[in-house]
Amino acid sequence: MQKDFQNTINKNSPLGVRGIKPYLRLSGLEPLIVRPETNFVNVGERTNVTGSKKFARLIKEGNFEEALSVARQQVENGAQILDINMDDALLDGKQAMVTFLNLLQSEPDIAKIPIMLDSSKFEIIQEGLKCVQGKCVVNSISMKEGEEKFIQQAQICKDFGAAVIVMAFDENGQADTLERRVNISERAYHILTTKVGYQPEDIIFDLNIFAVATGLEEHNNYGVDFIEATRIIKQKHPLVKISGGVSNLSFSFRGNEPVREAMHSVFLYHAIKAGMDMGIVNAGQLVVYDEIEPQLRALCEDVILNRNNANNEATEKLIAFAETVKAKGKVDVKDEAWRNEPVEKRLAHALINGITDYIEADTEEARLKYARPLDVIEGPLMDGMNVVGDLFGAGKMFLPQVVKSARVMKKSVAVLTPFIEEEKKKNPNAQKGGAAKILLATVKGDVHDIGKNIVGVVLGCNGYDIIDLGVMVPADKILDTAQKENADIIGLSGLITPSLDEMVHIAREMQRRNMQQPLLIGGATTSRMHTAVKIAPEYKQGVVHVLDASRSVTVAGSLLNKEQKQSFLNDSYTEYKKLKENFDNKKSVKQYISYKDALNNKMKIDWDSYQPVQPQFTGIKVITDVVVNDLRNYIDWKPFFIAWEMHGNFPAILNDNLIGKEATKLYNDANALLDKIAAEEWLTPKGVIGFWEAVSENDSVLVKSETSNVKLEFLRQQIQKASNQPNLSLADFIKPKDQRPETKDYLGSFAVSIHGIEQHIKNFEASYDDYNKIMLQALADRLAEAFAEYLHEKVRKEYWGYVKDERLTNEDLIKEQYQGIRPAPGYPACPDHTEKYKLFNLLNATEHVGIVLTESLAMYPAASVCGWYFSHPKSQYFGIGKITNDQLEDYARRKDTSVEDTEKWLRQNLE
Amino acid sequence: MASIQQELEKRILVIDGAMGTMIQRHKLQEADYRGERFKNWHVDVKGNNDLLCITQPEIIIGIHLQYLEAGADIIETNTFSSTTIAMADYEMQEFAYELNVAAAQCAREAVKRYYSNQKSEIRNQKFVAGSIGPLNKTLSLSPDVNNPGYRALTFDEAATAYYEQIKGLVEGGVDLILIETIFDTLNAKAAIFAAKKFFRESGKELPIMISGTITDASGRTLSGQTLEAFYISVAHANPLSVGLNCALGAQEMRSHIEELSQIASCYTSAYPNAGLPNAMGEYDEQPHQTAHFIEDWAKEGFVNIVGGCCGTTPDHIKHIAEQVKNVQPRKLPVVEETL
Repeated sequence: MQKDFQNTINKNSPLGVRGIKPYLRLSGLEPLIVRPETNFVNVGERTNVTGSKKFARLIKEGNFEEALSVARQQVENGAQILDINMDDALLDGKQAMVTFLNLLQSEPDIAKIPIMLDSSKFEIIQEGLKCVQGKCVVNSISMKEGEEKFIQQAQICKDFGAAVIVMAFDENGQADTLERRVNISERAYHILTTKVGYQPEDIIFDLNIFAVATGLEEHNNYGVDFIEATRIIKQKHPLVKISGGVSNLSFSFRGNEPVREAMHSVFLYHAIKAGMDMGIVNAGQLVVYDEIEPQLRALCEDVILNRNNANNEATEKLIAFAETVKAKGKVDVKDEAWRNEPVEKRLAHALINGITDYIEADTEEARLKYARPLDVIEGPLMDGMNVVGDLFGAGKMFLPQVVKSARVMKKSVAVLTPFIEEEKKKNPNAQKGGAAKILLATVKGDVHDIGKNIVGVVLGCNGYDIIDLGVMVPADKILDTAQKENADIIGLSGLITPSLDEMVHIAREMQRRNMQQPLLIGGATTSRMHTAVKIAPEYKQGVVHVLDASRSVTVAGSLLNKEQKQSFLNDSYTEYKKLKENFDNKKSVKQYISYKDALNNKMKIDWDSYQPVQPQFTGIKVITDVVVNDLRNYIDWKPFFIAWEMHGNFPAILNDNLIGKEATKLYNDANALLDKIAAEEWLTPKGVIGFWEAVSENDSVLVKSETSNVKLEFLRQQIQKASNQPNLSLADFIKPKDQRPETKDYLGSFAVSIHGIEQHIKNFEASYDDYNKIMLQALADRLAEAFAEYLHEKVRKEYWGYVKDERLTNEDLIKEQYQGIRPAPGYPACPDHTEKYKLFNLLNATEHVGIVLTESLAMYPAASVCGWYFSHPKSQYFGIGKITNDQLEDYARRKDTSVEDTEKWLRQNLE
Repeated sequence: MASIQQELEKRILVIDGAMGTMIQRHKLQEADYRGERFKNWHVDVKGNNDLLCITQPEIIIGIHLQYLEAGADIIETNTFSSTTIAMADYEMQEFAYELNVAAAQCAREAVKRYYSNQKSEIRNQKFVAGSIGPLNKTLSLSPDVNNPGYRALTFDEAATAYYEQIKGLVEGGVDLILIETIFDTLNAKAAIFAAKKFFRESGKELPIMISGTITDASGRTLSGQTLEAFYISVAHANPLSVGLNCALGAQEMRSHIEELSQIASCYTSAYPNAGLPNAMGEYDEQPHQTAHFIEDWAKEGFVNIVGGCCGTTPDHIKHIAEQVKNVQPRKLPVVEETL
């Protein structure tokens, strides 16, 4: 009905309306459109158990992983469609087809091309059709078993939206003459287009390629017949496609690859000219027609075109020649063609592909070619980096690649620097390039700088001059340097919550000093909302929150462009103003209950029926015998990828359509570095744990250590909860003082750190290797977290031993599916960082683990983790949320400090 | 009565907006969802919006009517999850067929009431589209990252469930079949397969509308296909229209609908969300904003059918209908017969 309607419309369409051509269109994850200029479509043939011994063996062994790599190789070698065949008497063909296709769907680099389902059993094809989302090709159906069966099978193919290959085969057998090839195809065409409703462009004829040069004279014209049949059918029905399995042709020369490849190339050369559109070939093994040794080519032409072949003369000659050809193994070589390009192109190639192998020599060559060393930087190097910047901006390159590009850039600049310095000495008046300066710093009290380093690299790649002041930088130093160096932009970074206050302070200082530079805010703890509500109002010359490194480039670009700057700042001002208004208006939405009521609504735990488990020891234990290799299995990789601005779940991210390839590279690089770290003992994990008797009293927990009694203070949720939902405090998970006084309950804590990073960071900096520097920092962070996870497991199973028989996978650990918790002071369940002092005192952590607390209570080295251990089965992670003044005052009283001071540390939890 | 094809030649048709958003406004409780009939059902059913076609038909008819009055030419049945597979969440598989019939009848009833409310004799033809959702299980993706070859569902199971849904919808009286919010093309292919089978067996063929979902800025479906690959994979349905809905707001959808308008030989449709969700997961794009974006596409000649998805309301539809009223619809491209 619709079709008729569309046809009517088409005839009446006005001129100028777009036309859609009747091309054969197939799809995997990506489209494949066969246009006249497509010339020839390679169908990969190695994923065929009848054609590839290796593939057959892998499938029979059930080694599908490896079998997939055969498919991948086909794609890499240029296959545009993947032919899959599981026809083997010893295989459950249906099962093998389904398993292989399902696995293949999760490999985007393979699944991007369309699938050709190849079987002589239609039920295998049908099962295959049920597994593939794209538009496939069915290979094949025929009239071998009569017209009725043919129609039925074609109808099923059509319902799945597949194109079909029709074998030139009928009730009387396979077509082996020109005439039968043409007649059978004609008949099938008629049935498919009129009775089944197939579009002509979705029909592909396989006109049977048979072996020539077999010695039997009746075989000698097979090649010619195929080519001629192709020509005739294409003339009658230009929309259909012609295909064939090419390797049959040279069957009599099996074992002699050079001759076979030459025969295939010669055959295709003529068949394509006649109209052949696609063929099943080993995509990696086709020689170029023009490059075939001329004598061999001439002999092949005679055999295939059946010329000079009376009494098998041409055949005999080719056989004789074949015996002289030594099969030489082909060597896979890296594509080094770019090395022949001019030096500018080579530099650009190295930058874009992150190749350092030749950069020093190439730079030197460029230096000799250009008048001044600076010209090399401002010319070819910047051109290359601009391409990198553009590709990154367009989402075609990912952060790890950009950092690798930066490494190439830095190495190249290092070659040039001595010459630039020398030139400066000769000509002191020469001005340095006018690149904009961006000053970056992690604020006072904070030690985390991976993100800031990444931003520095990315901005550096985009041609900015970066002044990186490092970590724990006081406000005055940041602002003095900015004024002295005439920085154009100031960027602040921070990871822990007290850093937010420091940023507010810096913004205020900038206003007071009447500075003009825009202020950028970034880092894990920052947010657009906090920037809008707390920082932006303090400084009038522009404050912008930057979500990640990729965003930093456009923001910096807009701020440094005279025309754009004002409108960009106006937009962000308006946006932040609106955010602030929304925030202010939303305040009253949530209902809070009084602290007293919250205390009364604590978690009800039946202490009478609970017997706390006694740890193996009380007091502390220093952990010294753990090495990096013990921790690798405990690594949670997801945050590692996030550090590199690659978002997604691990390990799925390795197969992600868009970033999977780069994610896999990054993962491999990380593991290679980990191997090195472990083998050469770069890093030393150090840890300490402790357990003590403890009782709770409201929101205080009294801990009895060997030397003294310590009172820990916790906060309690005050938000109005649904009925039966408690207002939680961590103190709820420790037995109250007044219950079962004879029973002892316990609290634990831990601090871990990864030592030894500094020297290696320096080494990487010295070799301009930001990529490995950032990698090492990110891995040290992950190892510290992994150490905490590792230790927690040991605590649960052994040191405290409250779940001795626990069996959890790494994934379960990441999902926190264990009993007991290990919350850290400064994080949502106990947001007061200052409790860390008590934790450090209890564990003597500075002495035993070598962690130092900064004035903002950040831990140095940055790769450190600490926390409390709670073992009660009901203990859980939660967030305190906002508290009201009554609790704030009570808390200050409990901690014996002023309300103002407490306010400063709990700002995140106050309205 | 004019056919939908005739209407599509004359003007841009408007499809309705979100059903869920409108149901939420009624603040229904467990007891409301259960109604009299499922008073003692052994599983909680609050949130089973499709069930309301049986237990609260007046609410559903009322929402349809609001959309019709706002200017929608096509209303979608409230059957996004009315398959044995999706209903398993509530252990209500056995009612799948009945839900579809009831939903189709609710929509038909709304159209009837709309016509009888109209004073004028001149009125636009209204159409009921049977909505077929994506299922809560996918055929191309494994739910288990450690076992990528695993599938939670087979093609045959999906096709059987869709067949039952389509049968219910057609027998309940829908005018069109709308396979929408397609995350996984293979699920859609199972629905197409089922529809073709049902049409062949019943001898009654309805136009099929197809609407895929581009999930993010990568421009691909959840199952990894590019837009063009997706279009090629469903073109065998010989659909009345192909289009996009959900996941994106109109602003983000623009480049994709533009691409589709270039490659599709059938009509094109687009019904985006009311912008992207805010931090609270709510949609706050205003009706005039959505309408403004859609007007732009319409003027560019990208679309034949427009409307709204998540977060859109009768007010959005009213603004959209107003903006595209006098804009020429996209012209169908000529399907050429030679290379």
